[in-house]
Amino acid sequence: MASYSTNEFKGGLKVMLDGDPCSIVENEFVKPGKGQAFNRVKLRNLKTGRVWERTFRSGESLEAADVMDRDMEYLYNDGEFYHFMEPETFEQHQASADAVADAAKWLKEQDVCTVTLYNGAPLAVTPPNHVILEITDTDPGLRGDTAQGGTKPATLSTGAVVKVPLFLEIGETVKVDTRTGEYLGRAKDD
Amino acid sequence: MSSATPPWQPTASIQALHQRAALLADIRRFFAERSVLEAEVPTLSHRATSDPHIDSITALCTGEPVYLATSPEFGLKRLLAAGFGDCYYLGKAFREGEAGGRHNPEFTMLEWYRVGWDDRRLMEEVGELLSQVLGIGNIRSLSYRELFQHHLQLDPHRASDEELQECARREVELSFVPASRDECLDLLMSHRLEPAMGDGITLLHDFPASQAALARVETDETGTPVARRFEAYVAGLELANGYWELTDAQEQQRRFEADHRYRAMQKLHVYPFEERLVAALEAGMPECAGVALGVDRLLMLAGGYQRIEEVIAFPIERA
Repeated sequence: MASYSTNEFKGGLKVMLDGDPCSIVENEFVKPGKGQAFNRVKLRNLKTGRVWERTFRSGESLEAADVMDRDMEYLYNDGEFYHFMEPETFEQHQASADAVADAAKWLKEQDVCTVTLYNGAPLAVTPPNHVILEITDTDPGLRGDTAQGGTKPATLSTGAVVKVPLFLEIGETVKVDTRTGEYLGRAKDD
Repeated sequence: MSSATPPWQPTASIQALHQRAALLADIRRFFAERSVLEAEVPTLSHRATSDPHIDSITALCTGEPVYLATSPEFGLKRLLAAGFGDCYYLGKAFREGEAGGRHNPEFTMLEWYRVGWDDRRLMEEVGELLSQVLGIGNIRSLSYRELFQHHLQLDPHRASDEELQECARREVELSFVPASRDECLDLLMSHRLEPAMGDGITLLHDFPASQAALARVETDETGTPVARRFEAYVAGLELANGYWELTDAQEQQRRFEADHRYRAMQKLHVYPFEERLVAALEAGMPECAGVALGVDRLLMLAGGYQRIEEVIAFPIERA
């Protein structure tokens, strides 16, 4: 596997640190005029999502991590694994609940997600930024209240709970931003 | 990179370039008023610095390797030995591999020498220049030891190797085990102490003897040999490095040779050192103090810029 020297570190580069695949967030070159040069680096551990700070001697190198992002269609959950398919090759991958983590509550069949593969196996799943989902449970709607700003919790078909305007009813479909969990609007049936 | 403009465009604003022009004029006026001579010395030289931690950029001139000057020090000192008196250089210097938010491999350096002065007197003049340019009145002067004792309860000269290493590893998340006292001190300085220095002008003096570079080593009031070297910082940014200059030719030769041994041991490139400086010292360089100051960083502070590319029209990625 290739390796990268500190002067090649830049945001998004995938490297191995302490046995885990990491993505470089920030790389700061630090050098006292008459002293030794260091690189102060922030890395996101792709397994845990935690951000590490680490200082290297300038010129040190890290092994590249075999990590790549692929767009894949979500197929189904068999009770244990989540199944995804590459749309071009029809190649299927199964991701554990650990890898899917919080993305699970947004996964709708046939939606296209970003699956991060590490050594060929799914390591993390990022849902589409916007998803359209049906309301499966919420308090009865309050007619005539469309102008007021009030909200209520609504459970969506994938299990996510979001705040929606008071007038929405069970069976309606809504558009949600998965990065913030925010209701964006009512979706037209088509 | 912060800017997403097309690569032909400058990264600095027109305002920053106006500020740069005004700053260069201010600096020249400062020295004209004090009768310090502006001198040009080569930026292209057959000899290079021997500094353990500074690499030179190599070029070819009529087929021979030549080096871009990492500072005007050797040229100015040869002028001093020739009896030219107080002098300064304001121009470009070059350092291999130094690029980042506070570094560009090609940068603007101000370096000046005062005959008959020591480091303490020159520190005062550095303080005057900085407070004039930056409009900061708050200047404090403290020793390297005082800074370490204040923030880390550690005496950098007397602490054992183990204590230093333990402190560096506790204060900084490291991917390696520090190999020397100086490496521990550099880590603590750049990661812990620079950010803790505050907004005023800090003049730090009496460095460890092992970091003397071309400064004299003298015994301080506690009986510890210290380098008569100082640094100026503003808001945690290292701006200037000065010495009460070494004038002893034999000691100069020994330090060049020691630097060469260190570089060879570390498998770093060993450049030909400036034997003409040793000859100039032998002929007799007057007692003097000298200091080098990073002008791009001074401009960053004067204009409130966060990254060096905001004050350089075309940084290395666009040069």
